Amino acid sequence: MLIKGGNANATVTQVLKDVYALKKPYGVLYKKKNITRPFEDQTSLEFFSKKSDCSLFMFGSHNKKRPNNLVIGRMYDYHVLDMVELGIEKFVSLKDIKNSKCPEGTKPMLIFAGDDFDVTEDYRRLKSLLIDFFRGPTVSNIRLAGLEYVLHFTALNGKIHFRSYKLLLKKSGCRTPRIELEEMGPSLDLVLRRTHLASDDLYKLSMKMPKALKPKKKKNISHDTFGTTYGRIHMQKQDLSKLQTRKMKGLKKRPAERKTVEKEENKSKRIKKN
Amino acid sequence: MEGQSVEELLAKAERDEAEKLQRITVHKELELEFDLGNLLASDRNPPTGLRCAGPTLEAELRGLARDNTQLLINQLWQLPTERVEEALVARLPEPTTRLPREKPVPRPRPLTRWQQFARLKGIRPKKKTNLVWDEVSGQWRRRWGYQRARDDTKEWLIEVPGNADPLEDQFAKRVQAKKERVAKNELNRLRNLARAHKMQLPSAAGMHPTGHQSKEELGRAMQVAKVSTASVGRFQERLPKEKAPRGTGKKRKFQPLFGDFAAEKKSQLELLRVMNSKKPQLDVTRATNKQMREEDQEEAAKRRKMSQKGKRKGGRQGPGGKRKGGPPRQGGKRKGGLGGKMSSGPPGLGGKRKGGQHQGGKRRK
Repeated sequence: MLIKGGNANATVTQVLKDVYALKKPYGVLYKKKNITRPFEDQTSLEFFSKKSDCSLFMFGSHNKKRPNNLVIGRMYDYHVLDMVELGIEKFVSLKDIKNSKCPEGTKPMLIFAGDDFDVTEDYRRLKSLLIDFFRGPTVSNIRLAGLEYVLHFTALNGKIHFRSYKLLLKKSGCRTPRIELEEMGPSLDLVLRRTHLASDDLYKLSMKMPKALKPKKKKNISHDTFGTTYGRIHMQKQDLSKLQTRKMKGLKKRPAERKTVEKEENKSKRIKKN
Repeated sequence: MEGQSVEELLAKAERDEAEKLQRITVHKELELEFDLGNLLASDRNPPTGLRCAGPTLEAELRGLARDNTQLLINQLWQLPTERVEEALVARLPEPTTRLPREKPVPRPRPLTRWQQFARLKGIRPKKKTNLVWDEVSGQWRRRWGYQRARDDTKEWLIEVPGNADPLEDQFAKRVQAKKERVAKNELNRLRNLARAHKMQLPSAAGMHPTGHQSKEELGRAMQVAKVSTASVGRFQERLPKEKAPRGTGKKRKFQPLFGDFAAEKKSQLELLRVMNSKKPQLDVTRATNKQMREEDQEEAAKRRKMSQKGKRKGGRQGPGGKRKGGPPRQGGKRKGGLGGKMSSGPPGLGGKRKGGQHQGGKRRK
């Protein structure tokens, strides 16, 4: 859901249009301006999400205090879960970069660089939010030649640089191709402003997985601290009479010996009968 | 000499390989973390090179992106691939990053009528074989469905039963019976589904959105509406032939404080007599019914627990809990809410009980 605020300017509108182009079949861009403030009142956002059945949204606005403002958020059960406000410092749009673009609806590759993304809770949630927003539908197979573009997020000096590149696969000596990148899409420099993150228990509730989806634990496998994997095998009782040992050729019964053994057996049998 | 040339060749081959791989290898201090299900890579290396770069930031960023993408592509190319319609397709693993859900986890559905009954009685599904031996065709056939073992519909001869009308079409009768069974099954399935949906969204006021309600539902809704007035339905008008609603009036009735002295004396003396008597008073039929029902439930619960735990622990002892067997005791009415042990029961039951199925847990009226 891409929504314009009451006072969205040209930059912000263009950003929303570009993101809509990136997310083409799965997004909805609202044309009219909506006079709401997400951080104060979330009811209108929740109403929109219920109507359009979307759980991710992006809201753009502009005022003197917060110029070029972009709010990215997600919902759980049609209530706002997380919201992050980002300021756009620099923006180069899709149409400003003149080269061929990739077709709509391709699943992008996402790369996050910089250790900031794991240090603060804010950044961690932002990373999870961006993954949620920009990854496409979950697929089980992917055509290797169809990996066309990559979105690269770098956290540097308190800013987040968002770049999108088109992938060119060049020949290398072996099976895996060499990558060359060509800048294609929108590039944004973002600054983290306010955040409205969900409380821990709401977040935990939203992460709850039904039992069927939980990864099944493999039984009889254990790991020790050194990384060695141990497995347990349950054996049935072995019939030792059928055990096959090494054959010693010298101990094999010769034909003469076998005859004597048979004779003795017959004798013993006759005795028994009597 | 030859040895040297062989060594040289090997070294050269190694160098060639390294050169080839050089085009796709990238050196990083910290390995990236990959989530191939999401086509995601996380680089934890601190971006020291970028901090000092000023005007060349874009080029630096692009270089970093190229390196990271190369590593991700290397990982992706190592996945198992297959050829689907002349395109090379890699099978992606499950995404490992846990992201919050959009909608809450669906609530567990309420049990259907059969499931409730089976739970109460302790009936468990019998394990059936997939194929059944069919004498007629002389082969193993499936139990139901296409080309099943004993197919009623394919019979060419049906005996007319003694009490049936000789001119009746038995084949048509069979087909009709089957249609009725199918319709009944479908009706029950839809009813179960409706019940499940009703539980999912508990609606208010008993009104149906489309207006198609059964007589009982309408009656219930009307009753509820009648009672939701300030005087709790006492002065509501009724239609000419409508009967008074049952269940109105006081829920508990107490005897007047003083009135019938003879009756009061009689009831007090009776109470004293029961309390002083050595033998307990018991209502036989009520006691046996309650007993049987409790036993059934306990059995069912135990069997369910056994089937869950018995698989893990394997071969534990069967339920060794005590049975309340024995003939029901004689006696008159039983008074009061005496739960727990009987003073004059058979010796086996009194005293300590094994197995934890304690009858005294429930209060009895």
